[in-house]
Amino acid sequence: MERSWQRWLIRFAVFIVMAIICIPGLWIVMTAFRDNVEVMARPPVWIPERWTLDNFRAILGMSESQQGIPVARYFLNSVIISVTSTVLAVLIGMMGGYAFARYRFKGKNVAFLWLMLSRTVPGISLSLPVFMIWSRVGLIDTDFGVILVYLALNIPFTIWLIDGFFRQIPLSLSEAAQVDGCTRWQAFWKIEFPLAKSGIASAGIFAFLTSWNEFALASQLTRTTASKTLPVGLMDFTAQFTVDWTGMCAMAVIIIVPALILTFIVQKHLIAGLTFGGVKG
Amino acid sequence: MRFFRSRLSPPILLLMPAFVIIALVVAVPLLFSLYTSFTGYRLVKPDSLWQWVGLRNYQRLLSDVDFWWAFGRTLVFLTVALNLELVLGLCIALLIDKLTAGQRVIRTIMMFPMMFSPILVGFQFKYIFNDNVGLVNNAIQSLGWSDVTIPWLVNPVTANLAILMAEVWMSTPIFAILLLAGLMAMPRDPIEAAKVDGCNPWQVFRHITLPYLMPFVYIAMAIRSLDVARAYDMVKIMTNGGPAGRTELLWTLIARTGYQDARMGMANAMSYASILLSVYFTVYFFRKLAAARRTMGGVA
Repeated sequence: MERSWQRWLIRFAVFIVMAIICIPGLWIVMTAFRDNVEVMARPPVWIPERWTLDNFRAILGMSESQQGIPVARYFLNSVIISVTSTVLAVLIGMMGGYAFARYRFKGKNVAFLWLMLSRTVPGISLSLPVFMIWSRVGLIDTDFGVILVYLALNIPFTIWLIDGFFRQIPLSLSEAAQVDGCTRWQAFWKIEFPLAKSGIASAGIFAFLTSWNEFALASQLTRTTASKTLPVGLMDFTAQFTVDWTGMCAMAVIIIVPALILTFIVQKHLIAGLTFGGVKG
Repeated sequence: MRFFRSRLSPPILLLMPAFVIIALVVAVPLLFSLYTSFTGYRLVKPDSLWQWVGLRNYQRLLSDVDFWWAFGRTLVFLTVALNLELVLGLCIALLIDKLTAGQRVIRTIMMFPMMFSPILVGFQFKYIFNDNVGLVNNAIQSLGWSDVTIPWLVNPVTANLAILMAEVWMSTPIFAILLLAGLMAMPRDPIEAAKVDGCNPWQVFRHITLPYLMPFVYIAMAIRSLDVARAYDMVKIMTNGGPAGRTELLWTLIARTGYQDARMGMANAMSYASILLSVYFTVYFFRKLAAARRTMGGVA
């Protein structure tokens, strides 16, 4: 009897924890589909009485009543910037990870240390000099300027993760392939790459999430619709004293959905990527 | 081509792109900002970039009360947040480990906050703690506990607590997920043996489970320490340092000094303090991680 009593207590505690994790997000989603009047209603309306897409229409500029914020344009910028910087970061991360995992060279540990240290610089601290230099060389408010910065943010972590995965693969495998007549290049694509796939996938996801969600640097390096990303665009809704709650919630949903879908597709690799890449390295 | 091949070894070539980009985006700008921190550079007066003032910015910083408040608050904030995240994450991981079913679903749910942009988390809690339309006040009033609208984000104490809560909400699941992975990978034999030898559950936890989990704790901390400054995003959208600078963290102060007051020289001096702080946290946890790996002898 005592056993089942304990089990229910544990289930209840887990339920509370899950509720705390889920409720804030659900509240945002519900507000996104809510009528604007309901937000201010007294007494509060918990579950929307009428689910509506008006808020999405409004922020996408499809309704007459409200001037739209160029969300579609921000979305496009975000996609271009995140995808480009992720693909490049993974490629460069594979090269770097392979170098760290498979070669001995002078200054290896020092190089690795500096790589990681470069990642720790707070975004806002880095933004000051980058802002000054970028505005002199004309990279402010360009996709390329932001992509370059995100590449530098993502490379250290991708190298760290991918390095950990390459190291788990026994060297003898690729050596055997080379004895059988493969070049080192062929051996990499036939042996090491397929085996480290899940690590590379998780590195890619982390790089994508970092770029997709970054705010501190983007908010200073972008100015107009030419390069503004979604997180920066979210600030468009906060006027001095008023906040467009439903609009912001709709935009929040637009920001979170792609990240959500992508993460669920590869979630299996994510945990493995974090733990094994880190511990065994 | 042949010349390059003979001179540069493969690892150097492979690492070249990474280091070129990091040099361009991080190293060179940081050298530039180090220089700027010795000038009285103001954004509105481009000529002042060449106005060398020596250590004046740093001297002023040392006697700047606002700076020390922000610095102290940042330090306290990080210490409290990281410890809280670790303890809560450990509790959640232990709870979920005890579950007999549904672990996978729950682990998936816990990934939810990881995908959120920090600015989104900030917005979410700004909305929840809003005095007029927020979920918390709505709930309190509906339950009849109180009729007053509590201005959570206007009161300095509750505003700081709200920011702390946002931070903990966002990062605790990462700790829980990583520690749960550690618990699941843990061999059961030593625990059984200890139980046979008469250890109580606390002793088992203290002397077997916890030491085994330590590498996982340090991985979580190391990953987390790479990105401590993201609290900037949350504070920026939730209170923007207000009321009256009571939630100002080092990072928001840097942004305010640099961009709003346009005192770039001063802001760069401050940002060096923030960089040292971040480097300290990272080096500390990476060292712990390396030490833990060595004592585990590659078991974990």
